[in-house]
Amino acid sequence: MTPTLQLCLIISAALFSIGLLAALGRRHAIFILIGIELMLAAANLNFIAFWRFGPEPQNPTGVMVAIFSIAIAAAEAAVGLALVIAVYRHYRTTNVRRFNQLKG
Amino acid sequence: MSVAAFISIAILTLAGALAAACLRKLIHAALCLVVAFLGLATFYFFLGAEFVGLVQVFVYVGAVAVLIVFTILLTRREDEDAAGFNWGGVIVAVAVFAGLAWTIMKTPSLSVVAPVIEPLTVKRIGEVLMTNYVWPLQCVGLLLTAALIGALVLVMEEKR
Repeated sequence: MTPTLQLCLIISAALFSIGLLAALGRRHAIFILIGIELMLAAANLNFIAFWRFGPEPQNPTGVMVAIFSIAIAAAEAAVGLALVIAVYRHYRTTNVRRFNQLKG
Repeated sequence: MSVAAFISIAILTLAGALAAACLRKLIHAALCLVVAFLGLATFYFFLGAEFVGLVQVFVYVGAVAVLIVFTILLTRREDEDAAGFNWGGVIVAVAVFAGLAWTIMKTPSLSVVAPVIEPLTVKRIGEVLMTNYVWPLQCVGLLLTAALIGALVLVMEEKR
């Protein structure tokens, strides 16, 4: 017995929800970035699963999208963490509740 | 690939992700994130996308996790109010999971098993990347350069 597409999609949905939990539930800027990374990883897992279980897997479209998505996620993480450091220099905290003014 | 192995890896991955989302100490959360990313790479190996699994290990475990740990060490302060939990977000996340799981369970066309394919070689990926996907590849190169410069400009000290 081999796993079905349904199992992959359930795992990916659970991973996405955990990412959403981290992004919406925590008040720490780095936890929000971790949540966004988890959600992107769940989307990647979906791409790979639909490629593997799809009608024509000899055409590696899903793999290509996943590779590009990983590259873009890396760029997003670098810029996001640089923003966290820049904001930390200004406010001396990483609690997003304290980031309540644009200039000052 | 058997269902038992698949489910045990899934439990490991989801436990790592849940620990990364819920632990109080940031540095522990970052280390649990590494476990979740390694589990995801194992999934890619299971599903026949070995190259993506390898890229996942290199990029996420090698670069992104180290970057997160660096940022945690640079911005470390023990303010405990930052560890609070927003319960509205928890309710939204559980509702989203319930909706997604219900939809996936109700869709009959999703219970297919994987067809047998010839393994996807790195040579084939390179050929496709250099023919069909050459413009996206160039755009990603430009984006990575822009992100590198942008991150440097953001963290540079302002001159007084």
